[in-house]
Amino acid sequence: MKRRQFNQALAAAGALTALSPFNIVRAQSRTLKVGVLLPRSGVQAGIGQDCHRAVQVAGGILGDLGLPALDIMNGDTESNVDVARSRAERLIAEGAQLLVGAFDSGQTTAIAQVAEQRGIPLVINIAAAPPITEQGYKFVFRNFPTAPMILGDAFANQLEVFSAAGAAPKTVVFMHVNDTFGVAMQKGFTGVMSKFTMPYKVVDTIAYDPAARDLSVEVAKAKASGAQALVLVSRLNDAMLITRELVKQRWSPMAVLSMGPGWYEDQYLKTLGKLGDGPMSFVPWYDPNKKLAKRLEAAHAKAFPDINLNTNHIYTFEALLVAADAFKRAGSADPKALADAIRATDIKDNVSTGPGIQFNAKGQNDKLKNSAIQNRGGKLVVVAPKGASNAKPELPMRPYDKR
Amino acid sequence: MALGLSVIFGVVRVVNFAHGEMMTVAMYLTLVLFGALKLDPLVLLVPIAAVLFVFGYLLQMALINPFINRPEHSQFMLLVAVALILVNVQLIVFGPDAQGIRTAYSFDSFQLGPLIVDAAKVYAAGAALVVAAALFAFFRFTLLGKSIRACADNYEGARVVGLNVKHLYALTFGLGAACVGAAGAMLMAVIDVTPAIGPAYTLLAFVIVITGGLGSMPGALLGGLLIGVTEALGGVLFTPSAKSMFAFGLLVLVLLFRPQGILGRKAS
Amino acid sequence: MKILEGVPRRGLAMLAALLALLLVFPFFASGYLLAIGFLILYFAYVGQAWNIMMGFAGQLSLGHSLYVGLGAYAAAALYVHFGLSPWIGLLASIGTCALAGAVIGFLAFRFGVAGVYFAILTIAFAEFARIGFDHFAWVRGSSGLFLPVANYTENDLWNLRGSPRMFYYLMLGLTAGAFVLCHALLRSRMGYYWLAIRESPEAAQALGVNIFRYKMYAVVLSAAMTSLAGVVFAFYYNNLFPEQIFHISRSIELILGPIIGGIGTLVGPLVGALLLTGLAEGMGELLLALGVDVPGVKQVFYGICLLVVVIFLPHGVWPPLARKLKLDASGK
Repeated sequence: MKRRQFNQALAAAGALTALSPFNIVRAQSRTLKVGVLLPRSGVQAGIGQDCHRAVQVAGGILGDLGLPALDIMNGDTESNVDVARSRAERLIAEGAQLLVGAFDSGQTTAIAQVAEQRGIPLVINIAAAPPITEQGYKFVFRNFPTAPMILGDAFANQLEVFSAAGAAPKTVVFMHVNDTFGVAMQKGFTGVMSKFTMPYKVVDTIAYDPAARDLSVEVAKAKASGAQALVLVSRLNDAMLITRELVKQRWSPMAVLSMGPGWYEDQYLKTLGKLGDGPMSFVPWYDPNKKLAKRLEAAHAKAFPDINLNTNHIYTFEALLVAADAFKRAGSADPKALADAIRATDIKDNVSTGPGIQFNAKGQNDKLKNSAIQNRGGKLVVVAPKGASNAKPELPMRPYDKR
Repeated sequence: MALGLSVIFGVVRVVNFAHGEMMTVAMYLTLVLFGALKLDPLVLLVPIAAVLFVFGYLLQMALINPFINRPEHSQFMLLVAVALILVNVQLIVFGPDAQGIRTAYSFDSFQLGPLIVDAAKVYAAGAALVVAAALFAFFRFTLLGKSIRACADNYEGARVVGLNVKHLYALTFGLGAACVGAAGAMLMAVIDVTPAIGPAYTLLAFVIVITGGLGSMPGALLGGLLIGVTEALGGVLFTPSAKSMFAFGLLVLVLLFRPQGILGRKAS
Repeated sequence: MKILEGVPRRGLAMLAALLALLLVFPFFASGYLLAIGFLILYFAYVGQAWNIMMGFAGQLSLGHSLYVGLGAYAAAALYVHFGLSPWIGLLASIGTCALAGAVIGFLAFRFGVAGVYFAILTIAFAEFARIGFDHFAWVRGSSGLFLPVANYTENDLWNLRGSPRMFYYLMLGLTAGAFVLCHALLRSRMGYYWLAIRESPEAAQALGVNIFRYKMYAVVLSAAMTSLAGVVFAFYYNNLFPEQIFHISRSIELILGPIIGGIGTLVGPLVGALLLTGLAEGMGELLLALGVDVPGVKQVFYGICLLVVVIFLPHGVWPPLARKLKLDASGK
């Protein structure tokens, strides 16, 4: 009886020692071990797998730029916060020297805490909840705009679009999905809007359940408000649902202005065909005139010919870019050196819109700019800001029944 | 879809927690067949229902039959495991992105005075009524249907009389699954499918069935109607994002004050 | 000691060895294993709490995430808004959950809602909370409640800010406490009443046992215990989102342990939690070793394993294991 337990305990101890950090003594290597955490299964699988595409393309480009190679370790957070945390711990135990991830704000926060506790830098690719960089972390960096930043640029770009197109709505109805991102945007909306002189006023605000299977009631309410244009924060499924309702309820707003994902995604364009043209999205995007952007576009098109380059790819790629660049400057994989190097990042030749990648004292890149894109002919064109665009905006939107 | 659940629970007394997941299987099947054959989903309804019937029958015979007399939590676990497997196999095979089909009438609507009615939903609703009527006729008028009802009412008696209960249970589950299959085909005409939508539909089916009355077919229809109206009204009168709360509120009231549902019979 | 009577010496010895192992575990476990250890203990604790309602009083609750969420939000909100220590905040958590449990229990028992219907009632309440909290501005609704994080170097036990090791021991304490409590309850008069109610309610009633009261005790106790898990969860993860914490998948997650381990048994939840978490991680490792990087595969195998266990071991893993370890009499 006792011996059995003893043997079991011994075996357990042995296994534990084998897995503990004592064994992981590595000489400085030329590659950086990067743990990439994404929700590749579970509810957010679509986005996680999309981000993953950038991971697959990054290696070649980074190599061409003369940056050191990254040894990528993939972790699936399964869209679950418990798993996110244990995966992060697992990757660190396996030797990850830097982490990238994780799209979902809740999971990213869990991972951020692990990163901070273990002193391993985390470069957040996508996660918009402002509090993450307000916690005073020293090892967490976010190269993605916060909701207030997205909002501010949205208004600025809208003004630019209105003046370029020579038309502007006088009244709008604001619809938003009732989840973390949607509510953050809605909260900031009126506050940020007051800093700009917008030609329109909001006549109604409609929130809807993210798990909604049917949005006919919401769209009917929006139509009934009599507004000229629709301003939204939604996700992919809602975007498709809403468009269908717009067609079925025979309402063609003057403009559809989206400040979130969905309306520009491949699935949207493919499913709706010519009914998908017209909406404008004011989102973090890439600058089509930048050298590196063109390179990423080309590599991406080669690897995934049916898929447009989008926010998920761009920012995941940039997170890896930051990692490789910091590693080169730090000259070592020591986490503290890496963190310091990341903090000193100054990459002007990047992909996303704006002056480049730099981090402020809180670890946030507050210089990022957001663009305005429009669906045209089943593809996407960038209509604002000037200098980072490649087409003129079309406003008002062609009515649905005339397509 | 709720009809299927009602049939299954009413007769076999097994709570099918994999109901929604079975429906997504049907939806994916519709997607594949539509891509291959280009037939309207309402036409594909028949073969898909047939396929799901077989699936349900086999599932019942192989896995569920031994579980009939086991406590509820065991049955529940079994179906949760099945649901988990179904969802993830779909994820692996079809990927996580939403996929849909476009028919000629996907975006049509009818205008009746001030009301605008979605064409696709009207067709789907029509198909649903046809299926419901067929099911009703089956249970009322055919020998097989009556045998199944006998089983439900009195298990021991049915066995004494010589009915092959195991077979009938499997048949019933198959029928329930066929309903689910039909529902899946109809739903594809209206929405897109991703592997993750199954669980929400399972929950919805339960809400509808319990409100309307387990084991009662008109009840399931009534329940569906009631839940739809409640949610819509809730959405219009209060904030739309909370409209599901009203459906759940209704459910709680029903459970407390009339657990057999609005049109159900008190369990024997 | 009276509390240890009825437990065979073999069982005691094994328990002691297990406890010793659990106590020294953090000293030679990597961060990863420590995180796993925490999860196992968390699910063991919550499973044990759920087990009281199910195994002891026979009520299947599929909405237990309600109590985790309420407990978590109560303590967290008090901390965020008033700086109140979670040790005080947990009183609010327990109170809220006990109340919620009492309401559900009252509604269910007075109106005769049982079996599957009871399960669905619990789901309805959890969903109600999920959507409700999404709109509850005081706890930040769907944008999530973030707890301010101070530091990671010192362990501040009073405010529950600290290293994973601190949380591990906290959870260990809770789980051990729950274990002892349940053991004591089972041996008490209430425990026998529960057994009677579970096995034969009519007979119990005929003998004068107030079924309503004892079922209520079970429900309220279960809810209150679960709320503590919520408090720890909130301070360990430092953020709460209604969509995630009240979600039905969480309710299902936390009952897998006791069902697989063995409902109504004392050790069941612990064995279940150990097995399931071990299985999940093990699958992940295996797939990694085989070089398979397809998302979803792990869950398929996990589901198949669950299926196998449910089919072949209807009473859970613990009863046959107990027999093997010759702990039969003390299986409970």
